[in-house]
Amino acid sequence: MTEPSGIPAPAVRPHERILAMRGISKHFGAVQALTDIDLDVYAGEVVALVGDNGAGKSTLVKALAGVYPPDGGTIEFAGRQVTIDSPADARNLGIATVFQDLALCDNLDVVSNLWLGRELTVGGTLDEVGMEQQSWKLLRELSAKIPSVRIPIASLSGGQRQTVAIARSLIGDPQMVILDEPTAALGVAQTAEVLNLIERLRERGHGVVLISHNMADVLAVADRVVVLRLGRNNGVFQVGDTGVTGESIIAAITGATDNAVTRRAAQKNPEKGGEP
Amino acid sequence: MSIPNSVPSQDAAAGSLAADRQDERLVQHHGPGGALRAFVARIRGGDLGALPVVVGLAIIWAVFQALNPVFLSSTNLVNLSMQCAAVGTIALGIVLVLLLGEIDLSVGSVSGLSSAVLAVGFVQWGWPLLGAVLAALALGAVIGLFYGLLYTRFGVPSFVITLAGLLGFLGLQLLVLGRTGSINIPFDSWIVQFAQQMFLPEWLSYLLVLLTVLAYGWQGWTHARRRAAANLSRLSTTSILLRCAALLVVLAVPTWYLNRTRGVGLMFLLFLVLVVAMNFLLTRTRWGRAVFAVGGNVEAARRAGIRVRRVYLSVFILTSTFAALGGLLAASRLAAANQSSGGGDTNLNAIAAAVIGGTSLFGGRGSAYSALLGIVVIQSISSGLTLLSLDASVRYMITGAVLLLAVVIDSLSRRSRQAAGRG
Repeated sequence: MTEPSGIPAPAVRPHERILAMRGISKHFGAVQALTDIDLDVYAGEVVALVGDNGAGKSTLVKALAGVYPPDGGTIEFAGRQVTIDSPADARNLGIATVFQDLALCDNLDVVSNLWLGRELTVGGTLDEVGMEQQSWKLLRELSAKIPSVRIPIASLSGGQRQTVAIARSLIGDPQMVILDEPTAALGVAQTAEVLNLIERLRERGHGVVLISHNMADVLAVADRVVVLRLGRNNGVFQVGDTGVTGESIIAAITGATDNAVTRRAAQKNPEKGGEP
Repeated sequence: MSIPNSVPSQDAAAGSLAADRQDERLVQHHGPGGALRAFVARIRGGDLGALPVVVGLAIIWAVFQALNPVFLSSTNLVNLSMQCAAVGTIALGIVLVLLLGEIDLSVGSVSGLSSAVLAVGFVQWGWPLLGAVLAALALGAVIGLFYGLLYTRFGVPSFVITLAGLLGFLGLQLLVLGRTGSINIPFDSWIVQFAQQMFLPEWLSYLLVLLTVLAYGWQGWTHARRRAAANLSRLSTTSILLRCAALLVVLAVPTWYLNRTRGVGLMFLLFLVLVVAMNFLLTRTRWGRAVFAVGGNVEAARRAGIRVRRVYLSVFILTSTFAALGGLLAASRLAAANQSSGGGDTNLNAIAAAVIGGTSLFGGRGSAYSALLGIVVIQSISSGLTLLSLDASVRYMITGAVLLLAVVIDSLSRRSRQAAGRG
């Protein structure tokens, strides 16, 4: 795979800490959505953020993306204390987010969506040729199955839209990419493509935050798994360490080793003791 | 004007396809026949573009010509072109605000207020003419800024804000005019001369047509060359030449016909230049792309880092400024400002022109050219009915019916676009 030209890898040395969130909290009215959350992301690392529905994953990600600024706590990005008050702030810092609802403009074509907010210009006017050429390079690198980049987004399938959304996050050279359930709507082959893509992001030195409910995906690509439960940190697992399995992570997610998931697994498969 | 790349490269290197034509699922359209098939497929998919309005205009002209042979005379068409300029300029502003999926119902009042400021400032208070013109335009911009701030700060629907503005600025117009009610602008002032008497010399009009076609062809050719250099499909030289020839006919024939009597009015030319300039801004700049993005999906635009508030502010300001400019043109053409300036059907005509021309009421879809096409339709109906000595009552009803028809076509084509996956 060749690097797409014009989209250089970030200028951060591998394994340098790019993000440190400390004591992040956020409430919506009477609901304390996040309490004292800590999160670290290093360059060239995939951090999976897991937790049940309502655990606060999306809120935490939105705090990073500038959608809901947090009420308390500090964010250190690339060694500097920062405040992220708007999506533009996040983008300018180098944090790219692919939201679950993708946020694409249906009336615009693929090229326009890819470069939205970061259009290339020549002499003050849009450089359509340059943008289309680089779009093709990027999409080819991602092995994207998009027939034409000049058709409106409305005519693409769910997987194709996901691909466009992920490709879009790479334009603008982010240090960190946040993917909110990127494989939730995808077919088998496309899921594998996205996982490959996540590994490619890691190789290029991006920090990746991956939100997923799919343990197989998480264990396949993540270096570290951060578990949230009811708006609090509930364990960090180094994937590859002995004893880190799907069950131990699920135990942290649900808050008990004896839970609905393990009981169900044990019933189904009594000899093996419940491999999920 | 973006150039659709429906015709693949004719000189693709050694049989290999251009980078954007390689997908096997892509239906390949070759040559002029292929371009025609692609066009039919697009229409069937609900992407009607300018087709309904062009067909409608042909029908309207045929009917009125059959009823009154004066209708398509050069004299009447020159008049028609001059009538288009003022409301067309207002409609251009409406196109912008509709692209965002918003509306400005006060453009009529703002244009009337601007007429009043011009007349009172210039005639009664003795301001220099240019000063009065600039003051009226600045007032329009301030009104737009006010709307924009109300909309972005408080989230009041634009429909309500501008409905309040419709009444409020009509009141201000009456206040500015005072008890006189009607003020004449001297005939020898340059602005009245500009709107009534100034026409392009024949040679200059043809030169402009020629330069426009050359500029279009040159731009198409450089674009195709850049695409070829980037290994993308490009228009063949033949199709660029065909397009240039078509444009030449579309521009030269009306110019020739108008030149048989008075010719192309400077005021109409100003309107055309504004339309082309707005089209350029909308299709070729980051600002234009942001307008379409906000109109299509405001949340997506915000997350893409577009400063959505600025886009809203800029569009509201432009809309009101165009309304003010339209008021100036109307006052100069009439050589007077009075209490009914900008009243009556001005508002509805401007909005109808934008919608009839093909700009969607639902946002994110449309073009600056719809102001031009739409206003020609509206003024054709108006002029034709006037020639038949039918009075305002019939004109209002027919214009209303045409607007309704345009909105129905807009809604239907939106539905078939959704069915055909064209958003």
